[in-house]
Amino acid sequence: MLEQEQERLGEEIVALADRHGRRRSALLPILQAIHAKYHHISDFAMQEVSSLLAIHPVEVYSVCTFYAFLRKGREGKNVIRLCRTISCDMLDKDKVARQLENDLGLRFGETSKDGRFTLEWANCLGQCDLGPALLVNDQVFTRVDCGKVHEILEGCRGAFGVYGAGHGGHGTHKDAHATEGTPC
Amino acid sequence: MLTRTRNPILFAADITPEAGLDKAMRLSPAEIVSEIERARLRGRGGAGFPTALKWHLARVASGDRKFVVCNADEGEPGTFKDRVLLSAYADLVFEGMTIAARAIGATLGIVYLRGEYAYLLGHLDAILAKRRAANLLGPHIRGVGGFEFDVEIHMGAGAYVCGEETALIESLEGHRGEPRNRPPFPVNTGFFDQPTIVNNVETLALAVRILDRGAEWFTQYGTSASTGSKLFSVSGDCARPGVYEFPMGITIAELLDEVGGAGAKAVQVGGASGHCVPARQFERALAFEDIATGGSVIVFGSHRNMLAVAHNFMTFFVEESCGQCTPCRYGNVALREGIEMLQRGTCSMRHLADLRGLGETMRLASKCGLGQSSPNAFLSIIEHFQDEVLGRARQA
Repeated sequence: MLEQEQERLGEEIVALADRHGRRRSALLPILQAIHAKYHHISDFAMQEVSSLLAIHPVEVYSVCTFYAFLRKGREGKNVIRLCRTISCDMLDKDKVARQLENDLGLRFGETSKDGRFTLEWANCLGQCDLGPALLVNDQVFTRVDCGKVHEILEGCRGAFGVYGAGHGGHGTHKDAHATEGTPC
Repeated sequence: MLTRTRNPILFAADITPEAGLDKAMRLSPAEIVSEIERARLRGRGGAGFPTALKWHLARVASGDRKFVVCNADEGEPGTFKDRVLLSAYADLVFEGMTIAARAIGATLGIVYLRGEYAYLLGHLDAILAKRRAANLLGPHIRGVGGFEFDVEIHMGAGAYVCGEETALIESLEGHRGEPRNRPPFPVNTGFFDQPTIVNNVETLALAVRILDRGAEWFTQYGTSASTGSKLFSVSGDCARPGVYEFPMGITIAELLDEVGGAGAKAVQVGGASGHCVPARQFERALAFEDIATGGSVIVFGSHRNMLAVAHNFMTFFVEESCGQCTPCRYGNVALREGIEMLQRGTCSMRHLADLRGLGETMRLASKCGLGQSSPNAFLSIIEHFQDEVLGRARQA
């Protein structure tokens, strides 16, 4: 990482620590914010967070590695998580999974070389009545079929290039049935 | 679909906003707890702990600060009722948190929202802002001096185990979501070792309705041991999946009728950690005294392979075990391997008996509810579907 980039990241982490408070309970919100922006929590970032919160760097590492949404190395700008738990499984999530792999040229667990996509499995997304369901970053897509896989990926590649960056990135919300195949 | 209901309490059409809170403001904290006690409300997350007892213990506990935590880490496979409540009835949930705060003397409420529901955050923040502007949260709730309470939302980050209340508190404090030993319980030493109640989303919403309409009205629904209504998250092989409100004590057969689940061969009640109930037991009741549940009902049609179902559940637990205690960390892996042996036709009866023994050991010896309940699905499928499980052809 360039020195300038490091400096900028360091300043951002200081700002995050000031916003969330320099205490242990601020650790997760700070890590989540770093991850949402950079798709990655670097060793440098962990060091900075640990010194600001006055905890050991390995404590920060330990927390990062525990949570599925923070755990991975560098992730793509669009992290696609397909639910593989029973209700989505019974609604033929395997077919959707194959189409995702075909369209992206990725296997589950991989990130594209251009850094745009990561393909992951998810455990129950809580959309069991509307499966198969997947998340693109924070955004939920329901009743996904092979045709919709294409639409969703085109949406990711399109004008904004990213869905739901950061928590609550999408302002509107409706529950359930009006949302098939579109962002809720 | 979320209004399909019988005997509505939560999905009623005529809920007056803040009527429950206004009633609570006229009562003393002890009187609020006693109204909940008379309603015999039990926790809707699935464990069924008496809500009034939890509130009472936190109320009389001494601490510098007290906390109300709303457990919105709805991770149990097949469960999505809290998603609907937080989407369409968020005011009711926050009103319930405010009533709980008044009952125990808390000044801060925290919603622990699962990371998968991050898309709800903007919606929930907007409602919180409205409530602050309307004096329903903040330093002088309803203009009453001395009653101060606000709500924050904390995001989870993809860990099922954080739905366990002590793991949730660990996570709030900035640690790995590893469950604590209990006792001591959160009502005494919870968030930052202060008295804390952790209640399910649905429980808090029901508390509002009890305060509003009274314990007698609430207890006319349900059974004597399981009063009131329950939200059921129905998915799987049925014509009309969705969230339903039914009185406690409804039988599985009645529920299947309502959701268009005719011809089902089994129903998984309570999610991956619950029990698989075969068709011959469909007259059993969904209530704490019979089949306790957090409301997840997954319907399996006659064509489903139950061993594949068990394998899906065990994969879930292998992934989601926090790894802290041995029975859970090792046991889930061993049970999944056993299912794979059964699938390949290489599991002897002797080995199957060992696996059952292991399941019992996990139930007894795991540290938290995750490992104590993760063998349930395996054990019930082995018990009820022997024809399907045994005598399989050996695969090359």
